Amino acid sequence: MAADERGHDHDHDHDHDHEHPHDHDRTFQPDIEDAPPGRYELMTYAIRELLVEKGHLTGEEIRKAQEKIDSWEPSQGARIVARAWTDPEFKKRLLEDGNDAMAEYGIEPGGAKMTVVENTDKVQNVIVCTLCSCYPRAVLGLPPDWYRSKNYRSRVVIEPREVLKEFGTEVPDDMAVRVHDSLADLRYLVLPRRPEGTEGWSEEQLARIVTRDTMVGVANPDVDRAGS
Amino acid sequence: MTAVFHPGDRVRVIRTHPPGHRRTPYYIRGKVGEIERVCGAHPNPEELAYGFDGLPAKVLYRVRFRQKEVWESYAGPDSDTVDVDIYEHWLRPA
Repeated sequence: MAADERGHDHDHDHDHDHEHPHDHDRTFQPDIEDAPPGRYELMTYAIRELLVEKGHLTGEEIRKAQEKIDSWEPSQGARIVARAWTDPEFKKRLLEDGNDAMAEYGIEPGGAKMTVVENTDKVQNVIVCTLCSCYPRAVLGLPPDWYRSKNYRSRVVIEPREVLKEFGTEVPDDMAVRVHDSLADLRYLVLPRRPEGTEGWSEEQLARIVTRDTMVGVANPDVDRAGS
Repeated sequence: MTAVFHPGDRVRVIRTHPPGHRRTPYYIRGKVGEIERVCGAHPNPEELAYGFDGLPAKVLYRVRFRQKEVWESYAGPDSDTVDVDIYEHWLRPA
């Protein structure tokens, strides 16, 4: 092959070892380990290794715990909201004691106290953890990156209406915006308002319009989503 | 454990800045709010963080603050609030 031959117009039927001159950009997808591990990452590895080495936990137990956490997803919360919309007794129990009502769905939030806050025609609730990333994981799964971002965490307490607007949610001035900063042992779940036009829907249909963001409070259920 | 405060009570968050793992954010220290509900007693997370048992358990409250009292330049309506979970040892009657 001539040294000045450019590109890939050579015959690909032969075996070649890719040592010929290339000039196309090599843009590799970065690996997640490309950056050097941070202090907390190293501490995590070290503690994990120690726990296993000393026989407190096995690799299998750690894997199972991670698998369980990854299996949590917002559809859990959606089923609970849909039930609350159709069963006033359940809704009452849910607002009084979130843990008790959620136990009926096999949800065990560990030490957290599940606190369900209800949106009304007068109140839009929105949740945040300004200190870290407290989130109702047992019913919504792991939080999205934006929920953990400093931008969201710092701004939603100071200018919640502007932040909600960026999410496409405009709250009229005659409604209160109620921000919930979960810092210690409480975990919040927003019970969105059941939209008009959903009369007679089954719990399953209703659950389809209850998305993660509607239960964080940055959005409200969209009836048109049911068909999608 | 008996709660010192009750729903509707006005409370002030103490303005203090001790080092360590504290669950009361800076922005709410020194502010006055109203007890929204009593959330039971829990082992103190400020002690748990350092390997202690967190006992005696501390009573936790949900305290509601008017945004206009928290942020001088808050632009939204008077009705907007922020609810913060705060342990009893951070609260004083207001």
